[in-house]
Amino acid sequence: MNMSKSLAAVSALAVALGLAVMPAQAARTDISVGMVLEPPNLDPTGGAAAAIDEVVYANIFQGLTRFNSDGEVVPDLARSWDISEDGLTYTFHLQDGVTFHDGSAFDAEDVKFSLDRARGENSTNAQKALFAEIAEVEIVDPQTVKVTLSEPNGSFLFNMAWGDAVIVAPETADNNATNPVGTGPFKFGDWVKGDHVDLTKYADYWGEPAKLDKVTFKFISDPTAAFASVMAGDVDAFPNFPAPENLQQFEADPRFSVIVGSTEGETILAMNNKKPPLDNIKVRQAIGHAIDRQSIIDGAMFGYGTPIGTHFAPHNPAYVDLTEQSAYDPALAQELLKEAGVSELTLSLKLPPPSYARRGGEIIAAQLKEAGINTEITNLEWAQWLQEVFKDKNFDLTVISHTEPLDIGIYARDDYYFQYADPEFKKIMEELNDTTDPDKRTELLQAAQKKIADDAVNVYLFQLAKTGVANAKIEGLWENSPTQANDMTQIYWED
Amino acid sequence: MSGHSQQETGFIRAALGHPAFLAGLLLTALFVAAALVSFVWTPFDPEKMQIAAKLKGPSTEHWFGTDHFGRDVFSMLMVGARVSIAVAFVAVGIGIGFGVPLGLYAAANRNSLIDEIVMRGNDLIFAFPSLLLAILITAVFGPGAINAIIAIGIFNIPVFARLSRGAALSLWTREFILAARVAGKGAARISVEHILPNLMNLLIVQGTIQFSLAVLAEAGLAYVGLGAQPPTPSWGRMLAEAQTFISLAPHMALFPGLAIVLTVLGLNLLGDGLRDLHDPRIRRSRG
Repeated sequence: MNMSKSLAAVSALAVALGLAVMPAQAARTDISVGMVLEPPNLDPTGGAAAAIDEVVYANIFQGLTRFNSDGEVVPDLARSWDISEDGLTYTFHLQDGVTFHDGSAFDAEDVKFSLDRARGENSTNAQKALFAEIAEVEIVDPQTVKVTLSEPNGSFLFNMAWGDAVIVAPETADNNATNPVGTGPFKFGDWVKGDHVDLTKYADYWGEPAKLDKVTFKFISDPTAAFASVMAGDVDAFPNFPAPENLQQFEADPRFSVIVGSTEGETILAMNNKKPPLDNIKVRQAIGHAIDRQSIIDGAMFGYGTPIGTHFAPHNPAYVDLTEQSAYDPALAQELLKEAGVSELTLSLKLPPPSYARRGGEIIAAQLKEAGINTEITNLEWAQWLQEVFKDKNFDLTVISHTEPLDIGIYARDDYYFQYADPEFKKIMEELNDTTDPDKRTELLQAAQKKIADDAVNVYLFQLAKTGVANAKIEGLWENSPTQANDMTQIYWED
Repeated sequence: MSGHSQQETGFIRAALGHPAFLAGLLLTALFVAAALVSFVWTPFDPEKMQIAAKLKGPSTEHWFGTDHFGRDVFSMLMVGARVSIAVAFVAVGIGIGFGVPLGLYAAANRNSLIDEIVMRGNDLIFAFPSLLLAILITAVFGPGAINAIIAIGIFNIPVFARLSRGAALSLWTREFILAARVAGKGAARISVEHILPNLMNLLIVQGTIQFSLAVLAEAGLAYVGLGAQPPTPSWGRMLAEAQTFISLAPHMALFPGLAIVLTVLGLNLLGDGLRDLHDPRIRRSRG
């Protein structure tokens, strides 16, 4: 009796121990990922917010082409393509055996529907310009689609890789905002507003299946809370960690790895180019020379970031380093102000919430003051910033990061918030759109970079760094952010 | 005349025997002195950034250390005291300036329709969570010290209105008021000449307490980004900015936090002490 009792106790203990040890032996197949902003909806074809793509891109939705972790455009739903001699016709050969998460099959019909919907008159697509050159989409057979352009566009395949150009099914397209249905390796699980979005593995995925069974995106906007949740292990990875000052601490902790890479975020001090006295190039140049980029990077970003001299990502092969052209030189700044006949200058500086803007703005204000330019700082919430600065253009200066890839084209936009739209620059951009030859394109891109640096449209501060932190056992996270995405398809836990 | 000075000596003697009052007086004096001295001298320019010297702990050079931009925390606290005092002073001033006349007017016309309107209006403001309305005001009219002052000031109006009405009501039944009425003085004149002077002690005590609450409210508004805008130093904003640095540079949070706590504590002790000293019954029982 006694014997059997102790035996039972031992076996119970063994079971308990076994249970306790088991999860540690098998690698985990779930992950929770921290994000600062919650997406307003989950339809990448109907909203501009980066947070939408950060949840759904490559995970739920796929396009004809996609960006890989290096920013290269690679085949996705289109297995391959042929481009006609004149660069006007693209024939896409689609993948076989692709199904949407609701079980329906994917074919040329869906591609035609998606592209026509995005470029159509009633389209709510935030990047309609991506589809502007499409003249016609024809279905050749269920696995082949022919897209005809009205004029050659060297970046057409690049455009098709954006999250805004993903392929959706006609039956489910209208509900994607709350119940996204795509063709990716993960399907939508659950969305608890204000807290998290769950994705689960899609069993019938056409390609290489995901290694994880479940992905949870948690939304934590407060930097202090973000720090606590990573420390406590509530989130396993925070690809864009909001408080760079805490990274040192994570680096010193063997439980975590800190992943520092580049993003497409050109952080600029935008100037209202049509508002006096900022319509005077000398005043704009003076502001440029009054600013010390490195101390902004050190003070606001704790050293994470690369100085830029134009609106272009330094990791792009076509980048030209023009930082010297507007190097820190307060004496020259004062000289230029004198030449412009401006004294007692007071400018408004309106700052959106991210810390690069709030902290960077304070440093800029201090630096401008030393050059004799006074600023009035106003801290704005996002909605106020979008209204006052972006829409109403009621500002002198603002600090903002433009995170879309290869977005120098915004300088050609009429009525854009910094009000540049110089005719000569527009001509460069038009020529660029008509060019497919890579060398000639590089040349034009460099001409564009120089033009906006020569005109001192804005002060180009630094390329935003991707400062992420993750559990040291997680493999496969993107180091860089060539597009707004958290690609979960390659991620796995080390044993 | 001699009676008056005797009263003053009595007051000073009583004050010296009241340690809480003395502690409050000392803390308040420190707070006011820091603000006044900052007009002529601070150890460093509080807006001067030295990125290379950021997040330094307290040292002989930087007594309270430096913040994330390398600014001197001690200098920032000194100038921040100025902002706190200015906001609290004007806000309490608004409260007294509007609240006391309203209260006296309501008391003079007690149980009339005007009395009802004034007091129910006060109830309305009272019923609304004060900080929430302050946030509403600054959100609508934009953040900044001026709007913070107005927001906090509005909340001080009902406090003083109610206090002065209540005290005035009981005074109206006293014989000397009756005498004044018999002498043919009007309600307005009686309120100013006879009632107001008798409310002074009460107002000073309440004013001190409200001052401490206004300092706290200003820090709270600045903490959520609705107070004085950068680069003007402000205690509440310093505390908010220190949050993510708490493990790297705890002094950034410690000193502004201490400044707020000690100032509010000091003003409260001072207010309590003043009440004790002005209350003849308590004075007698202590004596």
